[in-house]
Amino acid sequence: MIRLEPRNEVSKGLLYVTPVIAIGVTILAGVVMFAVLGKDPIRAISIIFLEPLTDSFAISEMIVKATPLILIAIGLSFGFRAGVWNIGAEGQFTVGALSGGAVALALYEVEGFWVLPLMCLAGALGGMAWAAIPAFLRTRFNANEILVSLMLTYVAVLLLSVLVYGPLKDPEGLNFPESRMFHPAATLPILIEETRAHVGFLVALAVAAVAWVVLGRHIFGYQVKVMGQSPRAAGFGGFVEKRVVWMCLMISGGLAGLAGLFEAAGPVGQLVPALPVGYGFTAIIVTFLGRLNPIGILLAGFVMALTYIGGETAQIEMNLPSAVTGVFQGMFLFSLLGFDVLARYRIRMFRTARTAPLAVQTAVGE
Amino acid sequence: MKHVMRILAAGAVAAALSVGAAGAAEKVKVGFVYVGPVGDHGWTYEHEQGRLAVEKAFGDEVKTTYVENVSEGPDAARVIQQLARGHDIIFTTSFGFMNPTLKVAKRFPKVKFEHATGFKRAPNVSTYSARFYEGRYVIGLIAGKVTKTNTIGYIASFPIPEVVRGINAAFFAAKSVNPTVKFKIVWVNTWFDPGKEADAARALIDQGADVLMQHTDSPAAMQISEEKGIFAFGQASDMIKFGPNVQLTSIIDNWGPYYVARVKAVMDGTWDSQDTWDGFGPGMVKMAAFSKRIPEDVRAMAAKARDDIGAGKLHPFTGPINKQDGSPWLKAGETASDSDLVGMNFYIEGVEGSLPK
Repeated sequence: MIRLEPRNEVSKGLLYVTPVIAIGVTILAGVVMFAVLGKDPIRAISIIFLEPLTDSFAISEMIVKATPLILIAIGLSFGFRAGVWNIGAEGQFTVGALSGGAVALALYEVEGFWVLPLMCLAGALGGMAWAAIPAFLRTRFNANEILVSLMLTYVAVLLLSVLVYGPLKDPEGLNFPESRMFHPAATLPILIEETRAHVGFLVALAVAAVAWVVLGRHIFGYQVKVMGQSPRAAGFGGFVEKRVVWMCLMISGGLAGLAGLFEAAGPVGQLVPALPVGYGFTAIIVTFLGRLNPIGILLAGFVMALTYIGGETAQIEMNLPSAVTGVFQGMFLFSLLGFDVLARYRIRMFRTARTAPLAVQTAVGE
Repeated sequence: MKHVMRILAAGAVAAALSVGAAGAAEKVKVGFVYVGPVGDHGWTYEHEQGRLAVEKAFGDEVKTTYVENVSEGPDAARVIQQLARGHDIIFTTSFGFMNPTLKVAKRFPKVKFEHATGFKRAPNVSTYSARFYEGRYVIGLIAGKVTKTNTIGYIASFPIPEVVRGINAAFFAAKSVNPTVKFKIVWVNTWFDPGKEADAARALIDQGADVLMQHTDSPAAMQISEEKGIFAFGQASDMIKFGPNVQLTSIIDNWGPYYVARVKAVMDGTWDSQDTWDGFGPGMVKMAAFSKRIPEDVRAMAAKARDDIGAGKLHPFTGPINKQDGSPWLKAGETASDSDLVGMNFYIEGVEGSLPK
């Protein structure tokens, strides 16, 4: 009989090392997988994990991919610390792109330095509005925000479809469900010439820095931590739970909405039904891989971006199936959670069979 | 690279042959970007067959690459650009790749691009599509004849001209042989989602449809039809495997000859930007074998329609045809112009319901 017992003291160092171990184990599992598939495992691993790092185009594309992941993940990390589980960042991302994009289309051919900031504001507000629904339902009726936010994702994606086929449709687009291309004045400036890396990345860096300060130094960061560890203590401490729930959902919704607008006004340049490609969900992995820590999330965002770019390169160069990327991301999360359990619990073996139910809690956060 | 290649070919064939690396560099590199998985048994599957046809036709003279499951969102431009860095000609095989293709094409003026089903071209971007509506006309004839309930179920993807044209062509043909026929149309707003397609098929059967048509890419509806014993038509590729007893025929997209011709044009240096829209005639659209369950006279009628359209003797849209609101579209004997067809955004008279707006 195997039983998991919580360790009395969880080593902080160990918790920072587990993501690295998880990456290592994932790569090892990948080697085995490729060998079984009959592909040269060393070549495959080096194409996926090393080659993109040596190529300036691939690096610029990693920035493009990492930008929304980092923005969303940092927003989510506040809630995840406090036990506010916003699983619907994908929906907030979509509504952000939609509201910011609608501003861009309404102001088509209007030139002015204020157009882009206004779009960003609309994007963030759109995301916040979408996140306000689970916030309201949880604080008012104690509805589960996991379900509400997740379900609203599907509503958001359909809303995008309806609007790009209706009022936001390209007037010269032969009825195809797409908006027209945004005017150059409504398109994000490019960071590196001849690439798609845009100024949104600088915003993501700035957001990470601010989040780091808030979580470490500001009273709100403290409240978030206490609430996650002990909601009752938070109550005694005089924090209003409702306020923390609202703040967490507004931060994550706003940042997801901003990320959505950056996608629409950056690499895509228009509203299309396929705009949401799962960043809102992948960002959940990024948040945990980054240990809910803004600096960790920056790194994790790049690791995750690397698996996307590397997976594509492997497809092009080695004819590997596109499922490779998803398999790697899944293995990351799986081994990370697995090693987290081992870091927090110890395994005890028993000779005699026990009938007591086995309670395993995969605790997350700090 | 092409330039170097020609100098080598003209001046120093022997040298080129003796140097392995130079020999390898001579290959024309052809890239394909797919929106779905190569195993979708529909749209992407047929483009993959086209790629294999190119490999078969040119052997060692070409090197082909594909990237599957490319979303029509932010990833498309990256994939296309990654291919553009090492390929001579790139086929982007879904409508949503239009703007990304044009963006990348601007940065790589020497690379040739071929975009399927789009309408924007550039000096190094051609467009191509097939006249699927010709096939739709043929299945409409068959459906009108074999239906007992006079109700045809139609699973539609997006209300774009291509799909609207398909509905109109099939309905017009069905109505011409069965004046009481009705179409029930379900919009699933996706090209490939087996779950949704299967649900739509069930809903249509529940509403009394005894023949199903689809303009989506998975064989899910065919599988449901097989289960329920309802006749159905396959889309994009032959789906007989999924409906051995119920498939009446399939409209097959046959991209191979076009892909081979375009790659050849690159090899010969004759490639230019053009717009291709081919049907039965050049063989870009084909019909799968007609099922023995179609009465023999109907089979003969369908085959004749197919051959007449291919020979240019019959146009699927020949007047008189009114629009849904009763206003005239085509006068007696008048045939639809391509520009009318390209932008078709209305139902013809008799189709029920309204286009999703």
